[in-house]
This record gives sequence, C-alpha cells and structure tokens, in this order.
Amino acid sequence: MSTIAITPDLIAQHQLTPDEYQKIVDILGREPSYTELGIFSVMWSEHCSYKSSRLHLKKLPTRGKLVVQGPGENAGIIDIGGGYVIAFKIESHNHPSFIEPFQGAATGSGGILRDIFTMGARPIAVLDSLRFGRLDDPKTGARNRRILSGVVAGIAHYGNCFGVPTVGGECIFEPCYDGNPLVNVFALGVCRKEDVFYAKAAGVGNPVIYVGARTGRDGIHGASMASAEFTEESKQKRPNVQVGDPFMEKLLLEACIEAMHTGAIVGIQDMGAAGLTCSTCEMGSRGEVGIEIELDKVPQRETGMTPYDIMLSESQERMLLVAASGREQEVYQVFRKWGLEAVEIGKVTGDGRLRVRHHGHVVAEIPNRELADEAPLYDRPHTAPPAAPAAPPANWNPPAIADALPRLLAAPDICSKRWIWEQYDYQVRTNTIAGPERSDAAILRIKETGTAIALSLDGNGRYAYLSPREGAQLAVAECCRNLSTVGAQPVAATNCLNFGNPERPEIMAQLVEAIEGMADACRFFETPITGGNVSLYNETLGGGIYPTPVLGIVGLLKIAAPLTIPFANAGRAVVLLGGLGSSDDVRFGSSEYAKEIVGQLWGLPPALNLDQEKRVQEAMRQIAAEGLAESAHDLSDGGLAVALAECCFGAGQIGAQVDLDSDLRPEILLFHEAPSRILVSTANPKAVSAIAEQHGVECVVIGTTIENGLEIRQRGNTLGAWEIAVLRPAYENALMG
Amino acid sequence: MKFGVIVFPGSNCDHDAFYAASQNLGQPAEYIWHDSHSLGQVDAVILPGGFAYGDYLRCGAIARFSPVMKAVQRFAADGGLVLGICNGFQILVEAGLLPGALIRNRGLKFICRELRLRVATSRSPFTGALREGQVLRLPIAHGEGCYFADPRTLDELEAEDRVAFRYLDNPNGSLRDIAGILSRERNVMGMMPHPERAADPLMGSTDGLGVFHSLMMATAQPVRPVEAVRP
Repeated sequence: MSTIAITPDLIAQHQLTPDEYQKIVDILGREPSYTELGIFSVMWSEHCSYKSSRLHLKKLPTRGKLVVQGPGENAGIIDIGGGYVIAFKIESHNHPSFIEPFQGAATGSGGILRDIFTMGARPIAVLDSLRFGRLDDPKTGARNRRILSGVVAGIAHYGNCFGVPTVGGECIFEPCYDGNPLVNVFALGVCRKEDVFYAKAAGVGNPVIYVGARTGRDGIHGASMASAEFTEESKQKRPNVQVGDPFMEKLLLEACIEAMHTGAIVGIQDMGAAGLTCSTCEMGSRGEVGIEIELDKVPQRETGMTPYDIMLSESQERMLLVAASGREQEVYQVFRKWGLEAVEIGKVTGDGRLRVRHHGHVVAEIPNRELADEAPLYDRPHTAPPAAPAAPPANWNPPAIADALPRLLAAPDICSKRWIWEQYDYQVRTNTIAGPERSDAAILRIKETGTAIALSLDGNGRYAYLSPREGAQLAVAECCRNLSTVGAQPVAATNCLNFGNPERPEIMAQLVEAIEGMADACRFFETPITGGNVSLYNETLGGGIYPTPVLGIVGLLKIAAPLTIPFANAGRAVVLLGGLGSSDDVRFGSSEYAKEIVGQLWGLPPALNLDQEKRVQEAMRQIAAEGLAESAHDLSDGGLAVALAECCFGAGQIGAQVDLDSDLRPEILLFHEAPSRILVSTANPKAVSAIAEQHGVECVVIGTTIENGLEIRQRGNTLGAWEIAVLRPAYENALMG
Repeated sequence: MKFGVIVFPGSNCDHDAFYAASQNLGQPAEYIWHDSHSLGQVDAVILPGGFAYGDYLRCGAIARFSPVMKAVQRFAADGGLVLGICNGFQILVEAGLLPGALIRNRGLKFICRELRLRVATSRSPFTGALREGQVLRLPIAHGEGCYFADPRTLDELEAEDRVAFRYLDNPNGSLRDIAGILSRERNVMGMMPHPERAADPLMGSTDGLGVFHSLMMATAQPVRPVEAVRP
C-alpha cells in the first residue's frame, strides 16, 4: 500500500485548520494516515459536525409531550395517537443543486427520504422550499430558469418514481440567490410506534451488513463541498454531485421495511453525507460499540478504488444495518426478493473503535465517539447583522392601486406556482385531502388512525435580512398560522437554516439571532424542533444570501373535507380575523410591495405580537372546528389585497366587495404584511365574531362575497375594482409564462 | 368479486388500487408478485401505476417480459378482465394486449392534474355502469401519456367502438383525445387517468368508482353505495 505524506498543504486541502489537525493527532496518539485524514475531514466538516452552529442550536426547544425522538437521529418522531407515530425532517441540498440542478435536487430528495424510512417509517409526503435568482434578470435570468427547471424536474423525477406525493412548499425569487439557489426538501413518514428503528449498533459479534447500490467514486467530499463558499473552481466539482436512482430507492424502501418486520435487524442507518464513514462511526458511537469492516467486501462499481475513495464515496441508495447474529439469512432473503445486494462487510466489536481493513491491512483505526461526537466546536465571533437602508427612497410615487394589485399578483413570489407543482405527483398513496395551493397548509389523511395531519413550510428571507430575530419568529408564526387556518393544532417542527459564511462575524450574528428568535417562538407556540439541518457558506464569489431560516411544522386535526382558500358562495360575510392591523413606513419596507413596486427593501419586518398571534390562531381553530368558515386564508406576502384576490380564484368565480374603515394610506392599508390576520368567509358572522371576542381578538366584517368581481373601497371611496377574469390570468400565468 | 393487484417492484399505485378495491368497494383483493407464474383465483386483474422496473428504458418495455405478464396474457386470452391504469396501460400496450403506444407528453413534462373525461362508450365491462357522453372528473399523473397510433389503428378503434374515454381538455397531446381504450374482445382496458384516486369522497371526486362499479356489474356483484362527502 502506497503511503501519502500528510503535509500542511494536504491538511489545508481537506479544510482542516492546524488546530483541528492537532486535535486529530491527540486523539489518535499519532499522525493520521491519508484515509484517516479523509475520514476526519468529512466528519468534522461543517455539514456533518455543525461545528459553528452546535453551540447555538442547543438553545432550541426540543422536548414536548408528543415528542418520541428529538434531534440526534435521522429524523424526529412524534406520537400522533392510535399507536402510530410520524417521522419527519427537512434537509438542504443547496450546493449540489447549483452545480447540477437536476441530480442535485433529485439526490436531495433521495437523502431525506432515506432518513425517514431508516427510522422504519414509510414516507407519505414531501414538501419543498426553493429559492432562486430572478428569472427576469437580463444577465442571470436564463441561467436561473435553467436551474429552476432542473431542480423541479429533479424533485419530480425522484418523488414521482419513488411513489411519495409532493404536496406543498414555497418558492421565492431574489437576486441574492442568483449564484446560490436553496433547495430544502421536507419528508414525512408514518409507522406504528413499536416499529421505530434507530441508527444504533449493538451486540458484539453481530454482523454489519451493506445493502443497496454499489459504491463508486461519485460524491467524494460532497459534505466538504457543502461546507465551503463557491468560487470559480467549484465548477470543477461536478463529479462531487451524485446521481440518483429513485427505482433503487423504492426497492430499498420496500426491502428495508420488510426486513425490519422480520425482527432480525438491530440498527440501521442510511449512507448519506460522508457515506460509509458517517454510517459506521455514528452507529458505533450511538451504541457505544466498535465497528470493524473489510473494504474488500464492499460492493464496488469501479475497479481500483482506494480505501479513501470507498470510505468517502457518497454514492446514493445505500444502507448499513446491523443484524442479529444467526439471523442473517432472514435479512438476506428479503433483500434477494427485492433484487438487492446485501453483503456482510464487518462485525460489531467491543472496543469502541472504527477499524477499517483493506487487503488484510488496517487502513484506519479511530475511536468512534471522538470521531462522531467530539468534532471541534466553535463559538465564532458575532457582531451585528449587516444593516439595510432605514428609510424608503425619497421621491417614489405609488402607482394606482388598480395597477398595483395585478402587478403584485404576477410577482414571482406571489403568483401561482402551478407550473412547479403540476410536475409533482401530489396524490399518489391517496391521502392528499388538500394538495398544493388549495388550502394554506397541505392536509393528508392517515389511513391507519383515521385522523389527519397538516403540513406547512415557511421562511422569509426578506424579513430575516431586515431582522434575523424577528424574521425567524415571523416564519414560525406564519407556519403555525397556516396550520391553524385549516383547523390544525401545530405540534412539532423541523428547521433548515440557510446562511452565508459563519466565519464572517456579521453573518454569524444573523445565524445566532435567527436561532434565538426561532427558539423563542417555537417555545411560545409549543412546537419543539425535533431535528433539522444547517447549511452554511451559501455564498458565491463573496456575495451572501439573505439569511433564510425555513420552518416545517406539523399539525394534527380531525379528518374532514378541507377548509380551502377560495370563496365558496356569494352573499357571505367576509370577515378579517385579527383586524386590519397597522404598519408604518419603516415596517412597510419589508413588504412584497416594497420589493416589487418600490424596487427596494428598507426598515424592518412587520411587527409581531406573539400573544396576539396565538389568540388569533386559537380563535381560527375554534371557528374551523365549529364548521363556521366556508373558506379561510391567512394574510402574508402582499397583504390584504393579495389575500382577497387569491380567495377569488376558485372554480365558482366568487369575488368580494369590501369597504375598509381605516386612516392608513391606501397602499399601506392594502399591501402591508402585519401578521396575525386571517380572511374568513362565513354565513354566520355573528358566531365568528363571538368566538373572536371570547379569545380577545379583533374581528371586522369588511364586506360581502359577490359574483365575478373584486371591489375594494376605503370609507366608501373605491380604491380598485377588477373582473376576476382579468386578475386571474395575471396570477396564473406569470411563472415561466 | 375478487381483485388481483399486480405488484412490480416499482409499482407505486398498488396500495391505492388495493385500498380502493378493498376499502372503498368492500371487495376482496390480493397482491400478485411480479414473478408469479399464475394469478390464482381472481375475477379481475389491475395493473397499477408506477414505474414497474424503473422505466429507464421505455415505460413498460421491461415489464412485458416479467413472468406475471405471461399469466396476465393467458388470463386475458381466456376472457379475464384486465384493467391497466397509467403505467399499467403502458405495460399493456408494450405487451401487445392493446394497440398503439404511449409517448412523452406533448409539453415534455410530467403532469399531475384533475381533469374532465368523456365516457366514449358504455359497451364494456369497465364502463357499463356509466352513460355514454357522461363527464367524469379524474386525476392524471404521468410523463408519458400521449396516446399515439397510426391512422388506420385509430380509425379501427373508433369503428369498433373501442375508445373508452376521451379528454375534454387534452393535457398531453393524445391523438383524437384518447384517454383509454379497449381490446378487440373488450375484456382488457388501459387508461391513463387514475380511477382509484377518485374513489373516496375525501379525495375530492368519486367519479372513479364508475369504473369499478362497472366491473362489479359485469361480474354480477351488488354495488355498495358511497357515503356523501361532508361539507
């Protein structure tokens, strides 16, 4: 075996600092081999070790009465009653999706789906949160369209073939995501409580079994790539992006679930980031045992692979499992049935070490716990987040309201995302009660329990850019509000933290403040974070993204026909739960109106009163539970006018005539984005108002539903009147039109 | 009546077809694994949607060679009822049980959408409970659902009243708006839309039940009423 000298250059190439290298030497009591250096470098990468964020992630609430499993496993688990649990998590695949959009996004989906079924849960839903550069940018628009098309096709290809419905999500366009799109994929699965599996090795002498696709040279150092900024050389990293095979993943799913039911499996973990390295040492560390593997036994796709290649490969659709000694044949039989390769590559040992052999020689020997759990931990300096302009540009004149609303409806963040979600099979498994853009949250029935769950993903980079702390709180509030709007009780969350380079103190400040804001809001709404993902170094050529914390929250509700967005009948009262709200010039600077019409952001995000938000949501859930609402839609991007218009886009062409009693300037009144507001149409406004009053919530009857048109007045003066047939195409056809 | 649901390793609507048959219709149903050489005792066979063997080649091109398809062919030749949905339709075409081909959607993208179909004939065991001209609301979910055949085959299908369903708003470029067709003996039907996804009030439409009720009528089974959707 050739030996490669460990030089300072080589250490730097592995993105390890001299101090980190010294720590490795201390742990081993000697210099590492080349293979060991590679193993440490991926396990101690930002992506795998959370070395910059771990300290702050501890501030997040993670416990709750329904939480069965919090952070630290492949996915969080909560109890939904009736003997069943759901497993869910969100993950990013940002860097790969920029380099190779289709495969980057496809393998992102594949990775998070494996995380779910590794826990024993069959995936039943996917949602995606996407960020791209502007599609209309004269310089970068064409590339951004290509990235959008590739990412959506990749998610569609993987999920559709695998057989999981993609039921919702969000998609936002900002110049800051030009060279750094965000692709965050959330997946959720269901299983019986006693069928949950953990990624823990146990039982000295038990066989360690490799299952699934063969190992190739693809994806080597993928985790490290995701832990660095993009430079011109990043283009050469295309081979770092893996290629997905959803059919193989489907086989793995079915075979793993079937094998788990034999009772012969002790522990199981997928090979995702850092592949064989991560799965072996993490399973060993969690079980406080050692693992010894022989690389000659690892199924390989190519010849001449070195131990370094095999240990660091991120080839997709592979699993590692520990079986009960003597029951291997039961496991092999299941995998044979599904046409999959399952090979014993090693044993569980009692010495707590990861020992790797190749051609009979030991090529790596590292204590599991130190490798997996004692990565460097940094308290990186943080100052104040970068400042945005404090005031609106002088000399801008608001356009006529009659023009502003159609322009906003056609704005990329607001317009219908049908072009995206029609490419996703959002119905397979026949659980989708409310799919994309039907309700404020996706709703799925759980056949096994006869109940339903609601799901929402939310993040707002604009808000978080202007105030990371308030932006993160607003994201939690909005996500919970989406669930409450369909009548669901929010119960647990997962988060994906997309930020720039944490080594810059002002970026680190964004991260710290966002986590603290999120922690406060999650504690307040009693939605503990059960797991998630941090994606740092989202920068290209020195330009950072907006800080973009994304929340995925799950709610529980009774099974029933869904409460949907469109007005259902003419002649109903239009009620604004939470009232008209207020804003000022400073808070208005974070709105879609500021972004699209004024062309600039300034000031602060909308003011959030957590207590009021909670009361509005409680009132809404009661209104939904009592069957008083015929439609419901919360106010978010674009404020009241946009929400009203969106309620007009149902099959029945039902619009509204409203009159607003307010002193606010018309553009602020119609387009400000103060939270804690929900539009409800009802045949019984008295009962709705009574519930609002019980909860101490303002509730204004602003008008009546009518046929075909939308008319908005302020104290009797018409601000705008539109035919639905005119507004709707602006909204429907804007994206990729 | 007893439904058999064929399971290829990449089938992913197999559970849905099974659920529709067993839960929504209350009929016995069983899964039939792709390497089975026999179908056992079933009254009708469903080839469900999905990606049979990954469909990296042409949809259904590999599935036609699977052991179970020989059994399906024998079953069909003996007059057995065979319903291919989505990927199942693609497989039936590849296997030569139905004419024509299913090629990529005209827009080159996968489309999942609920749309309207017109019942083109009620003269079949799959449409007997439906009225000719009746409009159904069913979802589609496919990337390769554009029905294609040479003009003579299309003329023949029409002359023999073998077009079962047509799209009202053709989503994929299918020739003559064809969404589903029958075999010459009328005991094999393939359709791209998913009736099993519209068999439960909670899913927004129960129009798919018509296909299953037709099958039950054809095999003389009492039809169970479906509860109305709650507001």
